[in-house]
This record gives sequence, structure tokens and C-alpha cells, in this order.
Amino acid sequence: MNKNIWVFCEQRDGEIQPVALELLGIAKELSEKTNEKVGAILVGHNVKAKANDLVAYGADEVYVVDDEELDNFLTEPYVQAVYKLVSDYKPSILLFGATSIGRDLAPRLSARLRTGLTADCTKLECDEKGNLFMTRPAFGGNLFATIACPDHRPQMSTVRPGVMKKAERDDSRKGEIIDVKIDWDTSKFAVKLIEEVKEVQSVDKIEDAKILVSCGRGVKNVKPAFEVAEKLKGTVSSSRALVDAGVMEHARQVGQTGKTVRPQAYLAFGISGAIQHLAGMEESEFIVAVNTDKSAPIFKVANLGIVSDAAAVMKNLIKML
Amino acid sequence: MKIIVCIKQVPNTTEIKIDPVTNTLKRDGVPSIINPDDKSAIDVAIQLKEKHGAEVTVICMGPPQAENALREALAMGADNAYLLTDRAFAGSDTLATSTIVAAAIKKLGADVVLCGRQAIDGDTAQVGPQIAEHLGIPQITYAAAIDYNEERNSLIVKRQFEDRYQTLEVSGQCLVTVLSTLCKPRYMNVWDIVDQDSKEVGKITFADMDLDAKNIGLAGSPTKVQSTATKQFDKTIETLELDPEAAAKAIIDALSKRHLI
Repeated sequence: MNKNIWVFCEQRDGEIQPVALELLGIAKELSEKTNEKVGAILVGHNVKAKANDLVAYGADEVYVVDDEELDNFLTEPYVQAVYKLVSDYKPSILLFGATSIGRDLAPRLSARLRTGLTADCTKLECDEKGNLFMTRPAFGGNLFATIACPDHRPQMSTVRPGVMKKAERDDSRKGEIIDVKIDWDTSKFAVKLIEEVKEVQSVDKIEDAKILVSCGRGVKNVKPAFEVAEKLKGTVSSSRALVDAGVMEHARQVGQTGKTVRPQAYLAFGISGAIQHLAGMEESEFIVAVNTDKSAPIFKVANLGIVSDAAAVMKNLIKML
Repeated sequence: MKIIVCIKQVPNTTEIKIDPVTNTLKRDGVPSIINPDDKSAIDVAIQLKEKHGAEVTVICMGPPQAENALREALAMGADNAYLLTDRAFAGSDTLATSTIVAAAIKKLGADVVLCGRQAIDGDTAQVGPQIAEHLGIPQITYAAAIDYNEERNSLIVKRQFEDRYQTLEVSGQCLVTVLSTLCKPRYMNVWDIVDQDSKEVGKITFADMDLDAKNIGLAGSPTKVQSTATKQFDKTIETLELDPEAAAKAIIDALSKRHLI
């Protein structure tokens, strides 16, 4: 019988990705309900040293495949490694980050395992028997569907980065580290890597910001927003309108076709709050909205809504901060 | 080179509205389109055909009216089109859908399979990789550029990640999922619009393929939709009408109360 809740802990260049810690956070929460263990999958090359970190972030067991075949991400070797672990140890739940790696690996694996997979989930719940209920947006964020996988195991899901709360680090935690060797079927390695090029992020990462100063169509000049952000030690983000207009970089875009953020404070200036935008920021801990239009949908999610002129409010903020 | 492009007909989600009374999607009158990523995939296939010579077949699973999407693909320059349609396919999740589409590809035969990265109605990005697994062929997802090397008989693909890209080479059969940013899909052209009228859109049903009924449709779908809901908001809301100075002060007070400044 399948048992335990597993997380694929994505690493890039040996660095554990933030989404892995978010998944350990939700896995821990689910495991308290089902009374199961949290397992972490760590696959890559020269990554074993990171296994203890995953224990500190809540893994009871870390399954490590450290092999030079896994140096760069390529679908087939990664699928073979995870498939072997899952076939041997039979977890009941298997979570991936909904990143360009997770969304490549998880569907391939689900077809190999012939089990269900739910994409890009924003909420996970379970019952005492360990049945997982996965909620995800569909139709461009207009609708939310809750999906179950009642008769197949493992229950698989990719989870949107930035939505779940990160696990807290606790170095006193104890866990078991299990090394696994894979007998590769190299005849399936048809895709060859010619080169891998890292692209420099020219923009501050909005998903890591504590405070976001976000601008929408109602902001004609975005320069003051950068000043406000600097004074608040925050970062500037944007609605889709200003990205489409070429005023802001795509890396700053919040929403369905941009990034999901959950800063401690989200200050929305001149953003009306289309449902696609709200999908990307409504989990923020504290939301302030400034807009001249009293009926703007952004006010429905704001903790503090202010009907006022965004540019003038920013001008005053710069003076007073 | 035989290329099969898998497309989906989708409602134009940017035009979907919620009915405030029934709290359900208003789909009436919402136009159906070829999924944007898939349209790029059609274009890439036709580019490869123009540069290197290829036979381009477009397939689409869906109800009879999805034939319109295939007619549009023919008018863009595709050579053949097949509609995969059968009542037995209804209710398929991504795994069941990929099982059906893979069976059709097996029947038709292909060197290269192209899919869009994801569809705008479901946004799963799962069917492409699942088809590749069923066919037992390699996959490359998130393609930002594709080229064919005639000498080596291989595809060179730029694979996009959030923070990097890879250049990958694959020879032999493969499946590639493409990003809509890869190219700007061409419009239908006049000659092909005229021409497509004389072309048949083939139909492929359950009986035409090597499929086990227990792996398709509702019965063959491991995932089950439990419930759907439109967006609900339950925040404690305070909306104030303030002059800019008072507004700035209210924001600063709120942030300092939360120890953020």
C-alpha cells in the first residue's frame, strides 16, 4: 500500500529552489493530518550535501540520487531516477513545483506510472485517509476546480511557486538520508545537451520581495514608484497593462500570465484588479489598494482600500517616508 | 520528414465572463479559437516544410465543431487534417486524452510531433509530455526556437527555463512543445483558403485505433473533478475616501503597525 507524502526538491546548480521549501511546508501540514512521513527527493550531481538542509526544513526521509548523469536537467535521466524511487518506495502523494522543470518531469512520470496529475495547484487539502484534494485555477483564472485522484497512487500534483508558505528551518530536526543508485537505461538518452546558458536577471526578483509597490494603468509615470519602493526597501512590480505597453519588464508582471507573489505587503497603485491579476497577488499578507475608481475590483481583496489619486499619494509617501 | 501537429480548439478565455447571479461561466457567444501555443506549433511545422520539405498533418481531438480549427490549419498551409472524435472520448483527463492522441499518431506515423506548450482553457501543459511517454519517444518542452540540421538529420531546439536556456539536439523521432513566443503565426492565405475547401478533414474514431476502452474517457481518467467554484473573497475590507496626504499617512501607519517600516 502506498504511504507517505513526497516532495520533488528541485535544485539548480546545486541550489535548492525556494519552491521546494514551500512544498516541504505544505507536505508537513498534510502529514500532520494523515499521520505519515514527509519524504524529500533530491536528485542531481554533487547535491548530497544539501540533504541535511531538507531535513532541517521538515523532511523525515531524504532520498538522494547523486550521479553525473543528472548534472544538467534532462527529462529522461531525471524521469528514470524519480520513477525508480517512486516504484521502490511507493509514496501516496508526490508533489512538484510548477516550474519549467516540474512541468516537464511530472507529466512524463505520471504517464509512466499511469496515475493522475493535477497541474499548477494553488491549494492542497487532504482527509485523514490521505485522499488529496487539489484546487487549481482554470479558464484564465475565472474558475477554480477541485480535483481528486481517488483510485490511483501516487496522487501527483504540480504546485504553483509562491503560493504555499515556506517551511521553517529547524536544525535540531532529525531525519534519515537514503542513497539510491540507478541502473541507467542509456539507450533512452536520445536528447543531447549542446550548451546551457544562464540568463542574467536584470530585474529584482518580485517573488522574493517583502514589500511590493505595484503599478497599473492608473499610474502614468512609474518613476515615483521606484522611489517609494527604495524607501520601503521593497521592489516594484506591475500589472499586465504596463507590461503590454512596454513601460515595465515582463519579469515584474504579477498575475495569471506573470508571477504569483505573496509579500508581507502589496501596495497596488492605479491597478483595477482584473481577475487574472488578483490570481497572482491575493495571497499577499496585507494588501493596500489606491485607485480613483471606487468600484475597482481590487478593493474586494484589499485590506486597506483608499479612493484617491495614485500619483499624488506616491508623491506624499516619498515626502513622508 | 513527416510532422504531426496536435492542436486544441479552445474558448477565447479572455472573453469569458462570470454570471453574477448563477456564479457560473458564461460560455454562450464566446468564440472558439485555435489555442495560441498550438497555432505557433502549426506555423513552425509549415516553416520546416518550406525550408526543408515535410508533410504536415494536423490533428485535433474534440466534438464535430472542432473541424473549424482544422479547416483553419489547412488554410494556413497544412497538408492533411484529422479530427479525433467519438462519444467514448468524452470526459477524458490529460492522461486519457494523451492515450487517445498517441494512438492516432501511431496510426498515422510521424517523425516529429509538435504540440503547443499549454492550452489557455486548462493551462496544464501535460498532454504533450504524456503523449511522448505513450509513444516511447523523447520530448523537449518549452521550445523557444527550432531548427533542422539536414546533414545530421536532427532537430536543434532552444529549450527555455525561467533563468536559463539549453540548446538541445535530438535525432530520430521526438515530440516538441512550443511556446507561443516562438513565432507570430501566419494568417490563412488566400490560395490555401480556397484549396482547403476541396480537402477532406479525415475522421478518426475509437474503432479506427488500437485503444482499450478502459484507458480512455471518464473511466480511463485517474483524476476526477470534485467541485468547481468561481472566485470568492473573504477579506476584511476597509475602503476610505481620503485626500492624498491623509492616504499616504494611512499607508505609513498601517505598515508601521505591521512592523514593516
